[in-house]
Amino acid sequence: MSPSLEILLQTLLSGVLIGLIYALVAVGLTMIFGVMDIVNFAHGEFLMLGMYASFWAYALWALDPMFTLPLTALMLFGLGAAIYHLVIRRIIRAPMLSQIFTTFGLMILFRGLAQFLWKPDFRSIDHSIVQGKVALAGLQFGMPQLVAAAGAIVVTGVVWWFLQRTRLGAALEATAADKEAAALMGIDVQKMFALAWGIGAACAGVAGALLSTFFPIFPEVGANFILIAFVTVALGGFGSVAGAFWAGIIVGIVEVLGGFLLGPQYKLALVLALFLLIVLLRPQGLLGRA
Amino acid sequence: MKRLWQWLTLGLVLSLALARPSLAQEEIRIGAIYPLTGAAASTGLELKNALELAADLINTGTKGLNLPLATTGGLPNLKGARIKLIFGDHQGNPQTGATEAERLISQEKVVALIGSYFSNVTNTASQVAERSGIPFLNPESSSATLTQRGFKWFFRTTPHDDLFVANFFEFLKDVEKKKNVSVKRIALFNENTLFGTETTKIEEKLAAELKYPIVEKVIYPAKSTQLTSEVQRIKAANPDLIMQSSYLGDAILSVKTYKELGLSPDALLANDAGFNDSEFLKTLGKDGEYILSREVWALDLASKNPLIKQVNDLYLERYKTNFNGNSARSFTGLFTLAEAINRAGATKPEAIQKALSETNIPGDKLIMPWKGIKFDATGQNTLGTGIIVQVQDGKYVTVWPFDMASKDIVWPMPKWDQRK
Repeated sequence: MSPSLEILLQTLLSGVLIGLIYALVAVGLTMIFGVMDIVNFAHGEFLMLGMYASFWAYALWALDPMFTLPLTALMLFGLGAAIYHLVIRRIIRAPMLSQIFTTFGLMILFRGLAQFLWKPDFRSIDHSIVQGKVALAGLQFGMPQLVAAAGAIVVTGVVWWFLQRTRLGAALEATAADKEAAALMGIDVQKMFALAWGIGAACAGVAGALLSTFFPIFPEVGANFILIAFVTVALGGFGSVAGAFWAGIIVGIVEVLGGFLLGPQYKLALVLALFLLIVLLRPQGLLGRA
Repeated sequence: MKRLWQWLTLGLVLSLALARPSLAQEEIRIGAIYPLTGAAASTGLELKNALELAADLINTGTKGLNLPLATTGGLPNLKGARIKLIFGDHQGNPQTGATEAERLISQEKVVALIGSYFSNVTNTASQVAERSGIPFLNPESSSATLTQRGFKWFFRTTPHDDLFVANFFEFLKDVEKKKNVSVKRIALFNENTLFGTETTKIEEKLAAELKYPIVEKVIYPAKSTQLTSEVQRIKAANPDLIMQSSYLGDAILSVKTYKELGLSPDALLANDAGFNDSEFLKTLGKDGEYILSREVWALDLASKNPLIKQVNDLYLERYKTNFNGNSARSFTGLFTLAEAINRAGATKPEAIQKALSETNIPGDKLIMPWKGIKFDATGQNTLGTGIIVQVQDGKYVTVWPFDMASKDIVWPMPKWDQRK
């Protein structure tokens, strides 16, 4: 039995929807890397914290994740900037191994804290204002997934606009291109670094908030997403926001459609094969600087 | 000179750290290896609670309860010695499980090990026990291969997957007869660790023998971020029945994806694990209704066995949650081990091993729906059986075997858009 066109189309679009979430997570990761060459292993935990922020606002004050989304973004921005000032600032000139261990340690710390404070239970937000299904020309989609994808496009767009069209964004790009030169031009490099961490964490936090309406929430949830985020960043090109966006969509499609056609047991293998291909044929990624 | 001082200090610190107070005589140290952190930490915590309740009941006496060791406290044949549990955290990782087994045996000097929920961790941890000559009692891992390794120190109280899957097909035959329906298209949906892949093999073998056509077989990577491709593939095959093996996170995600994509088979027959976790229904609420799952235990079995209610009340009072199939099995596992140690009258590993192999606990002294506990030469309990439960009105109720059922089975389950 060959799958009908309808199912193929549906699967393709489901891939795009989840891909947009991957893109948003990867945008934050690539931003931090692009500006200061540090790989943030705790990025999945920002996503997890975004989910928990949404969950608690919902559980304690019955506030919908969609309403608290700006607040979640702001909180994660603050957290990202604070982590930069408290921790990352001290290891900027340290050997790469120390940097890896530092962000890896942060990952363990946040997971442990979440488990300690909120128990390892699986939580979910079951009565969000975004629920139900949408039928479009014979295809059906979950409303939460559609809203999450739309949200991811908007936020990625805002980040892109900020980098391309504002003075502050230009300063950030300049810092990414050459720290010393940027400092000589009077750009406060420390501030830029903190900004990158803030925006990076906020992107992951927003992705978490968008996911919280349909994905189970638990302390380890970041682990499910971080591997894919790394592949996405590499595919898009380290440091490239636009690259991460397109790469996220490609990874989503390869995973969902490829998994559907060739067998779901290969879906992660397909994504990693794509990663290998990129590393071999175009190591700088789709839109990365060589 | 300075270097010498450093070495001396180091030596002193080390010898202080390694020196242990001599063991109190009335303490029987049992190592318990469970996933206390990591993805399965919530299950691990429940199992830890169950073991601690069992240990306390043994240590303080189980008066009024028809459990083995109905004494006034401790193990009578060992002068009232008390059980002391020492926990190891395997984090869901087989290597960590083996390391923890090493640590518990060599440093904590445990006389026996119990664990480890995950079949793949039980596999590695029990290898260490086998090598060291320490009895390993496994209350809840169901991979059939575990008792096919020819181990001498490994004992398993729970029935294994071969038997559970055989139960699935007995159940199908019974339902077909009773409800006058026929199951013609089966889809297998299993995760890709040892648990899921072993189940797939047995399901395929039995389905072929009993002439049930399998129209789709999906093996998926555990801990996925999405299960859309999997569910679409199953939907395309249009099955009457899905047989599924998943741990908690994936189980939740899959049901949400069924609903999102409108996949409604006549029945979803789950293979325990995530589907029977206390968090499963809490998280899914109404969307978990009508799911069938194999179980070794259900609270409504209490109507046939009052002991179940008594023990569950104690657990509920302490931990604010009911027993489930996993915690009830861990609880039973520790009682089995303690009963054997008591009968051995000694803490020598050889004596415990011998006593375990001679275990014969009747079914009415258990909180399980088993005929009893009696190990064969491979260390497998031969008297265990499974049941099938269905989620009805937010509770797991026994629906099969029909003579133990407290409610009638709902088959087929209503389509998603026909539910309230």
